[in-house]
Amino acid sequence: MSEPLLSVENLHVRFATRGGEVHAVRGVSLHLAAGETLGVVGESGSGKSVTAYAITHLLDRAGRIAEGRIRFAGRDITRAGRQELRDLRGAAISMVFQNPRAALNPIRRVGDQIADALRAHRDLGRRAARARALELLEAVRIRDAAARLDAYPHELSGGMCQRVMIAMAIACAPRLLIADEPTTGLDVTTQKTVMELLSALIAERGMAMMLITHDLGLAAQYCRRVAVMEQGRVVEEGPTAALFRAPRHPYTRRLVAASPTRHSTVADLVGEAPAPAAPPPAPRRGEGPLLEVQGLCRSFGRVLAVDGVSFRLAPGESLGLVGESGSGKTTLSRMICRLLDASAGRILFEGEDIGAIPARRFHRAPQRRDIQIVFQDPNDSINPRFTAFQAIAHPLRRLEGLGEGPALRARVEAAAARCGLPLELLDRFPHQLSGGQKARVGIARAIATRPRLLVLDEPTAALDVSVQAVVLKLLDDLRRQDGMAYLFVSHDLNVVRMMCERTIVLRLGRIEEEGPSQAIFAAPRSDYARELLAAIPHFAPDEQEATA
Amino acid sequence: MSASTLRHAAFVLRGNPVTALAAAGALALLLVAVFADWLAPYDPVASNVANALRPPSAAHWAGTDQLGRDILSRLIHAARMDLAIAFAAVSLSFLVGAVVGAVCGYLGGMTDRVVGRVVDVLMAFPLFVLAMALVAALGNHVQNIVIATAFINLPFYIRFARAEVNVRRNLGWVEAARASGEPHLSLVLRFLLPNVLPAMAVQISLNLGWAILNAAGLSFIGLGITPPTPEWGIMVAEGARFITAGHWWLVAFPGLALMLSVLCFNLLGDGLRDILDPRMRT
Repeated sequence: MSEPLLSVENLHVRFATRGGEVHAVRGVSLHLAAGETLGVVGESGSGKSVTAYAITHLLDRAGRIAEGRIRFAGRDITRAGRQELRDLRGAAISMVFQNPRAALNPIRRVGDQIADALRAHRDLGRRAARARALELLEAVRIRDAAARLDAYPHELSGGMCQRVMIAMAIACAPRLLIADEPTTGLDVTTQKTVMELLSALIAERGMAMMLITHDLGLAAQYCRRVAVMEQGRVVEEGPTAALFRAPRHPYTRRLVAASPTRHSTVADLVGEAPAPAAPPPAPRRGEGPLLEVQGLCRSFGRVLAVDGVSFRLAPGESLGLVGESGSGKTTLSRMICRLLDASAGRILFEGEDIGAIPARRFHRAPQRRDIQIVFQDPNDSINPRFTAFQAIAHPLRRLEGLGEGPALRARVEAAAARCGLPLELLDRFPHQLSGGQKARVGIARAIATRPRLLVLDEPTAALDVSVQAVVLKLLDDLRRQDGMAYLFVSHDLNVVRMMCERTIVLRLGRIEEEGPSQAIFAAPRSDYARELLAAIPHFAPDEQEATA
Repeated sequence: MSASTLRHAAFVLRGNPVTALAAAGALALLLVAVFADWLAPYDPVASNVANALRPPSAAHWAGTDQLGRDILSRLIHAARMDLAIAFAAVSLSFLVGAVVGAVCGYLGGMTDRVVGRVVDVLMAFPLFVLAMALVAALGNHVQNIVIATAFINLPFYIRFARAEVNVRRNLGWVEAARASGEPHLSLVLRFLLPNVLPAMAVQISLNLGWAILNAAGLSFIGLGITPPTPEWGIMVAEGARFITAGHWWLVAFPGLALMLSVLCFNLLGDGLRDILDPRMRT
């Protein structure tokens, strides 16, 4: 075998922090041939991004390469000097970052930024650089490229910003492109177009790509080879299809099992049977639906975020609300939670028009304890000055008037135990808890008052897949046992399919399609739902070879 | 303050000895102010004309002034006066400003806009002149210096608290508190304010230095505190007459005390910022 384009041997990276030295990468070896695509997958903290930063010498000042060798095209670049790095970055190795909007300079026109990248490496005049920038924008298939040349980043969508980043990355025809979570934070349909663009460009220009991602589906679809990282080590490496079909390392096996596929159930993700269901409790009043929304609208200034949405939710039912960013799903969920007022429409909870109570007064309404919410990011959903106990106790104190004492403690401990939160963690502050533990605290707080409707706003979007699997299982079991109704807001269609009996697809504030989840997934009626489904990078280790 | 905060503070102080020094200086200043009665070797107001205008010596470390008073003793007592004014003024403007700012930041809308414009108008005045006018109008009392100093500091606290609360009001834990039935006022006072307190501590420390200067400045031009009360600004003002005659110690020591104390609080403020948010250190 000839010399690989990039070879990383026994790489160790250490960071000096206030808690002592952190050994972030512990002996990583990777090889990448010219024109090859390698996926580096792993959960947060696995050291995958740090490895990429070490290769491009972008580690921040606290980090250093402690050991190991990085060779690029036969040259040792482990200790490359400033001049050597200038030649290397952009011209030989370039990077595409997560969150393209933050990676672009907000006060410079994108055409100028691309020209800057070009002129850093080539002796080009202003006009020639501009002409070349236009060609590049056309190459990344931005519509109306000539006009976009003079646009500022804030005038472009997230997907377009990422295309601009890609144009900058390929500007000087590098031989290796490192893409660090290039589509995280983008909608699935945008993700699909960006990833297809990337792989087409790579094939066209014979570049090699290192795709760093937490999404096994993405790696499976776009990479020929995959390296799985855990705690700073590569635990398994091999051809994508074979590796995912028959993972050998226990960690890979766990990861593969926890990644939702087109057919998996919640029980599959964690390998445990669901808890037995309790019969749903009788409705308190009459036989009607628990929640009925009629013609709900909400505008912000002149923008109509939610535009005439109506649906019903039966007691104990689980309804999924899916849509891309800007579809109004979060606005809708906030209105139903009565944290936000509607511009028009009615919200009937057990037949009573709770939409008539202003959101700012709803904290005194008797229905407050019946409608609770689990928030998206567990990291900012607990008061930093509250212990887990205080966070869970808070709604009990306020909504049930429980004072300090054994009754309160018993209720908090019961809620924590139901959410699988070890009782010894109750005295900890949020920063002393892991992401999964914080998610459990958030759920325990929401179920503490035994609500009848639980609104879940992307409850697992910020979690690693293995944690997501456990949290989904927990939520599924809770619903079966308590007969709560769920309004499950998510952009992840696979998760909604597993968690919800019925699904509503939202687009631009309107309901695009509504029906039983299985039916929508098997045979979507609307074009939009079909497009959305097709865009999911399907992770199907058992089905067929990856298309890479 | 939890154990980990202390550990982090120790880590930052080790890497940033200037902050440690500033903290020690500020602490020393506080101790001097509190124990002034025990520390001062002489009575700060007892004059002894026979012993006037003596340069620093073993008996009088900082020399004596035109009335033969011991300058060191006067400096020590002045520290108490100036710190008391500064602390009182800063606490007052912090209490009022933080609550007003936090309520505005939380409510938004009309209240926020009206208060915001009032603050803008206040800040458009030359603040020291405003303080002078206030003291002149209210009368030459120590408490009026405190009120004037607090008043001109107010806009900063309102703005700061407003901005800090505004970025937090839509965070998950604030919405969670609303979903848990927390009334609005207690949400602002018991949830939001304690969380912006660390950031405001920086502002408080920086403002202390400024408040000291302000109090000294007012006395220097003859407003507020009246002689013979020992106060740094007055001491500088009185000593200035003798500087041409070569009696430098009358001005140099109070000036030095003023400069060092302001420096301590400013450096401490910068250091606090590092302790609270290491990312802001560049």
